[in-house]
Amino acid sequence: MSTIPKGPRPKHLTVGRIGLYCFIIMCALFFLMPLYVMIITSLKDMDEIRAANILNLPKELSFYAWPKAWSQACTGFVCEGLKPGFVNSVKITVPSVIVSVALSALNGYALAFWRFRGAYFFFGLCMFGAFIPYQVMVYPLLKIEDFLGIYSSLPGIILVHTIFGMPILTLIFRNFYASLPIDLFKAARIDGGNFIKIFFYVIIPMSTPITIVAVILQVTGIWNDFLLGLVFAGRDNQPMTVQLNNIVQVDYGVAEYNVDMSATILTSLVPLFVYFISGRWFVRGIAAGAIKG
Amino acid sequence: MPFYRNIAAKIALLPMIVISLTVFVGCIIYSFFYSLTNSKLVPVMNYVGFDQYERLFKQRKWDVAVENIFIYGFVFTIGCLIIGFLLAVLIDQKIRGESLFRTIFLYPYAMSFVVTGLVWKWVLNPTFGLENSMHMWGMTWFELDWLVNRDLAIYAVCIAAVWQGAGFVMVLMLAGLRGIDEDIWKSLSIEGVAKWKSYIFVILPMLRPMVVTAIVLIAAGVVKVYDLILALTSGGPGYATTTPAMYVMENFFSRANLGQAFAASIIMFISVVCILAPWAFYEFYLRNKYANN
Repeated sequence: MSTIPKGPRPKHLTVGRIGLYCFIIMCALFFLMPLYVMIITSLKDMDEIRAANILNLPKELSFYAWPKAWSQACTGFVCEGLKPGFVNSVKITVPSVIVSVALSALNGYALAFWRFRGAYFFFGLCMFGAFIPYQVMVYPLLKIEDFLGIYSSLPGIILVHTIFGMPILTLIFRNFYASLPIDLFKAARIDGGNFIKIFFYVIIPMSTPITIVAVILQVTGIWNDFLLGLVFAGRDNQPMTVQLNNIVQVDYGVAEYNVDMSATILTSLVPLFVYFISGRWFVRGIAAGAIKG
Repeated sequence: MPFYRNIAAKIALLPMIVISLTVFVGCIIYSFFYSLTNSKLVPVMNYVGFDQYERLFKQRKWDVAVENIFIYGFVFTIGCLIIGFLLAVLIDQKIRGESLFRTIFLYPYAMSFVVTGLVWKWVLNPTFGLENSMHMWGMTWFELDWLVNRDLAIYAVCIAAVWQGAGFVMVLMLAGLRGIDEDIWKSLSIEGVAKWKSYIFVILPMLRPMVVTAIVLIAAGVVKVYDLILALTSGGPGYATTTPAMYVMENFFSRANLGQAFAASIIMFISVVCILAPWAFYEFYLRNKYANN
């Protein structure tokens, strides 16, 4: 994600530019501080945490907090660490991302090329749904899922993520398809392509960039979700964020801050990894989600 | 137009139509309907008029929640806008390591609210956190006991939230700044306008659509703030940092007071509509009207 600055490079450093660099570096330090504290705290033992400055580097590296956070830390009476949460999060995220991206691509395609009377009315309703606070919908939705017999199960949480991911994904797919040359579509029609054929042979092969953006948006969004996982996933499928919160917020026993911080880092590894690998795409996802339809 | 024309597209959009109607519209109607009953543990059709709303507005806890959401909404929105714009301007100064700085400012946005809350909970820990660091460096007058202070705890939430969200505004603003025509900069420098003045009085007004979009997106997110506060303060000390979303969730799932929860959630919904309606009216109605003339 290297961008070459436009215009000539400034010839020499002026006082103003030195001030500028000082200021931006201070801002960067502020933004990095919590990450730094998180990492060094996870590498200290509890005696050092109690005795020393939170910002000091560890005198002795201690790694015992990491395996403990992963497989032994307790939530209530169960002491299995974050591992089950990680597995659950993977089980929730992978199918949810696939289903929601596929469905939204189809929606976007139908909206962009096969408009029918009323289609945009429902699309507007759907976009409106993106802004309704979850709290208004959790209870009735819980009742609907209960009626369907999938409340508190893996299919239940996958359906919920598909529903709440749909507005924004449909929007970005529709916008992307609307920006494709319409002649391409017309040519495919003249060649006898129907709805399904054009989608699979013309549209999908061109959708790689927008699909990457959508997948990144969904992976980070679903992995970071807390509320929906808490309500809809059920006790056996609690995602990592919920278990992290349970581990850190225990009411009894001695708080082990190094274990807490290891657990916190472990939970954010997936979205951070996605972010650092895909910086440019991540930014595109934000921009695509922010523009109006 | 016969119904079966374009039937494939209609079938393809059926899931979206069904979800929009049952979940997005249906849930609101359901919630509103049951907010007029005195449902406790299960929804019952026992009509009591607007009693639940009257009771809601008499609750001290609800007052605190509303007050908090106003403080949080104001500080968070303004903080994100100012810091986000400032960072975008700094990065726009043709600095070296531009992409590195951008990566640093945006990475918190990839983290979940739970992780953000837990990290700041540790950094702001009154015993071992930053306050302690400052004391160890000899600044014994330094006080940062916000998390245990009833009046200041909500501002701790704001700091964590701004840390997480400022990068998002920066990305939007930077996209806007990069879209500014070079000629405008040339003419401004010929006129001899100071750079900071040009940014505030010329460039910022040109970015107005982006600023408005950013404000609407941030404000719609403000209303549903839940996991961040749950992780950072659990609504405490006491119920000093409780929010409407927490009030709703509590009444749904731990207090078995469904009627209250429905009433409160409907109030949340109405406030989101109040934020969105003027913007949507402007974006989709007025703009189209002028575009057509």
